[in-house]
Amino acid sequence: MKTSLIWNTTLWIAVFTAAGTMAASAETINAAGATFPAPIYQKWFEEFHKAHPDIQINYQAIGSGGGIRQLTEATVDFGASDMPMTNDELSKVSKYKVLHFPTVLGGIVPTYNVPGAASLKFSDATLSGIYLGSIKKWNDAALKKDNPGVNLPNEDITVVHRSDGSGTSFVFTDYLAKVSPEWKSKVGVNTSVNWPVGLGGKGNEGVAGLVKQTPFSIGYVELIYAVQNKMEYGLLKNAAGNFVKADFNTVSDAAAGAAKDMPADFRVSITNAPGKNAYPLSSFTWLLIPDKFTDQTKKKSIVDFLQWMLTTGQADAQALSYAPLPKSIVAQEQKQIALIK
Amino acid sequence: MGTAVVTAPPQSRARNLGKLFRDGDQITHFVTFLFAASVFLVTVFLVYELWIHSGPSRAKFGFGFLTSRTWDPVADQFGALPFIYGTVLTSFLALLISVPLGVGAAIFLAELAPPRFSNICTFLVELLAAVPSVILGLLAIFTLVPIMRQSIEPFLKHTLGYLPLFQGPAYGVGYLTAGIILAIMTFPFIISISREALLVVPREQREAALALGATKWESTWQVVVPYARLGIIGSVFLALARALGETMAVTMVIGNNTGIHTSLLSPGYTIAAIIANDFSEASGDMYLSSLVELGLVLFALTMVLNAAAQLLIIATTGKGSKQP
Amino acid sequence: MNRIARRNIVNNVMLTVTGICTVVTVSVLFLILGYLVVNGWRSVDWNFFTKLPLSPGEAGGGVANAIVGSGVVVLIAMVIGIPVGFLGAIYLAEFGGKTVPMLIRYTADLLNGVPSIVIGIFAWTVIVVPMHHFSAWAGGFALSLMMIPIGLRATEQFLRGVPNSLREASLALGASKTRTIISVIVPAARQGILTGMILGVARIAGETAPLLFTSLNNQYWAKSLNEPTAALPVLIYNYAISPYEDLHRQAWAAGLVLLVLVLIANIASRWVLSRGTTAQRG
Repeated sequence: MKTSLIWNTTLWIAVFTAAGTMAASAETINAAGATFPAPIYQKWFEEFHKAHPDIQINYQAIGSGGGIRQLTEATVDFGASDMPMTNDELSKVSKYKVLHFPTVLGGIVPTYNVPGAASLKFSDATLSGIYLGSIKKWNDAALKKDNPGVNLPNEDITVVHRSDGSGTSFVFTDYLAKVSPEWKSKVGVNTSVNWPVGLGGKGNEGVAGLVKQTPFSIGYVELIYAVQNKMEYGLLKNAAGNFVKADFNTVSDAAAGAAKDMPADFRVSITNAPGKNAYPLSSFTWLLIPDKFTDQTKKKSIVDFLQWMLTTGQADAQALSYAPLPKSIVAQEQKQIALIK
Repeated sequence: MGTAVVTAPPQSRARNLGKLFRDGDQITHFVTFLFAASVFLVTVFLVYELWIHSGPSRAKFGFGFLTSRTWDPVADQFGALPFIYGTVLTSFLALLISVPLGVGAAIFLAELAPPRFSNICTFLVELLAAVPSVILGLLAIFTLVPIMRQSIEPFLKHTLGYLPLFQGPAYGVGYLTAGIILAIMTFPFIISISREALLVVPREQREAALALGATKWESTWQVVVPYARLGIIGSVFLALARALGETMAVTMVIGNNTGIHTSLLSPGYTIAAIIANDFSEASGDMYLSSLVELGLVLFALTMVLNAAAQLLIIATTGKGSKQP
Repeated sequence: MNRIARRNIVNNVMLTVTGICTVVTVSVLFLILGYLVVNGWRSVDWNFFTKLPLSPGEAGGGVANAIVGSGVVVLIAMVIGIPVGFLGAIYLAEFGGKTVPMLIRYTADLLNGVPSIVIGIFAWTVIVVPMHHFSAWAGGFALSLMMIPIGLRATEQFLRGVPNSLREASLALGASKTRTIISVIVPAARQGILTGMILGVARIAGETAPLLFTSLNNQYWAKSLNEPTAALPVLIYNYAISPYEDLHRQAWAAGLVLLVLVLIANIASRWVLSRGTTAQRG
């Protein structure tokens, strides 16, 4: 027993020393939330850390639902979500008010794994039919109608959706509810819904992973995930009736209308936006920041980051297939930063 | 009359030291009791916490929670049935595969193999039980799932596709794949414990059968195995309890679908898998409470099974449970 | 004649079948090791052990923080779990009466049977929420709960295995019970106790579920024990379900490292145990 006691004490001392030496003067800020903007957030936090070596922001992409929950439980310093918090959710956060800060615009694309079929078109009826389970095969009449002349295989469609609480799911179901009354009444809109069919993947990465590995599958992911993994993604029919593919321009077009009528709390949906070239599955994504901080150094770091993000950071957006914020929105947000105490 | 100065004479100083040692024993008794009691307290606290945090959903759904098929976060309606179904089905499939394999191997190792060889093989099988769940899941995603999708499931559909059990697309993930992975995780228990149970059967039983003209197989199957059946059944219960609570490997191959499906090829969900996937994100008190209640259900299931297993194993081998 | 021949055939067939069962079950372990080696060996390089993870899509990252993080949570679990298991077992073996030890043993078995994900829930409600932090503490605590029953039962078993004659001899010489335990009983049982502890550590080193919502994960080095920390099993899980080839490679390598460590611990514990029994005989 004596030996194990000595052993234990030594280990304990070792742990403390290690922890102590690892503890530089750097401050760590913990954040969690959406996987939709995770690639650009990772890049931003890395670059911000290089510019400010004493600030380290640890972002865990656990899904928008996770970000909201952890913020409510106050286990993270700020959250991130593609779904603006509902009034109900906001009322649960008692210690402070949550401010929404849009960061970038992104597009959600229908990515699929069908060998030989490039740039397939999906009309709104087709996409909702696939996710409702009424369209079961790739060579279904509806798909053939959307894609005249394309040789579609006689294979079952494997539908992939999110298994976790996802802002991406929220945007996707928001779109489906707008274009399909059946979806609206049967399934509804939320970060987590009762999916009629399909496999569940964890995070945008999980869905991309599943689609990449499962032949004849379809899933919805943020554009960058399809691009980074060299996966095919389809075109969607927008409100004006045109089939558009998601990219920097079409997503920015979707935000053009919203920029004019942006509400003061920045909570807005831009799915199925009007506009000839608007991409219908576009969305803002938000950082959820408390308006009061007890730790003033943390507050300063976060405010510094927000300023950086709205100015320098926006330049990173396009390279990662996101669209930067319209100038009017940036100005509006800078005013909101002043509200943080 | 002043107060007497009390100086302990040398003799009672020794007695004082003796008293200290006896007090020392009491201290040791007390300290060790505290640590032992902490185990009890922590477990009670665990059950208490599960009970408290599942309060909202228990109040709202009552026992209907266990029979409802709906899992709708939008409408705040939750039911445990799809997950209970998935948990039970995958565990059942796992046993279907691992019990014949495991008992067969146990018979070979206990009856036929030379002792050193048997010990080495048992050791290797018990090492398999030490393989972390996430590593089996990693292997499953990249090796088992493609094989299922490309070879095994199409084969099953081709030959047995008229049964509703084998219909639907070949996803590669699903109940059957999860069952196979669970089988790999459970047969070490079955082999290890069944082998012990078989080894304990008195030699006279075997010799009597052989003396009566039975073949080695007949003696084993008709005499030895029935003699050891309680221990073997106990090992099955233990394996089942392990399978029910398995999280990571199953989460990675079950497909994460919240419905109830007859086809074994279809994706589904287990209790452990949905808690792992949804817990840190459940937005909404009813959602979180339902997940905790699912945890409570799982806990209750494993508790009952473990108890049954222990009783059976103690009854046969005379030892306590063996943790391979 | 025919009947005997048939019975003999059945005999040979069934015995061969059991042999096949054995071959199949034993070979699974080698298959697993083989796959991990083939897929992971190439990725186990210097970068792997020393660098931090990079953004997905950028090659060259490593898992250094996960290796250290795993070590930290396991150490915390040991610091909590070893004393509780060890001292608690001393109580059960040396001091307890009838009902109280039985109750404690029963709850220890109960705790052992709790699914690891439920332990994670408990640690979350009890540590993460009040602390308002994901932390290495919470992860270590959750793991310790899984380690305690194993250590407790193993230690008690080996303490009981020490012959009563040793106890009585020590007491007859005038030693107190405490002295007897410290100087006589525990040293006699030390191999078994050590085995139990090693097995407990090996078990928790590979656990993922309890860490999912306790220590969460971390891109960087955790600066204190109050922060989320990366851990090997969680990393393997996250990388395995992602779509990035580079991360898959690292998952294989991490899996190989983890499995090798767990297997070494298990084999070491067997070796320690076998040495112990021969020593006691001598």
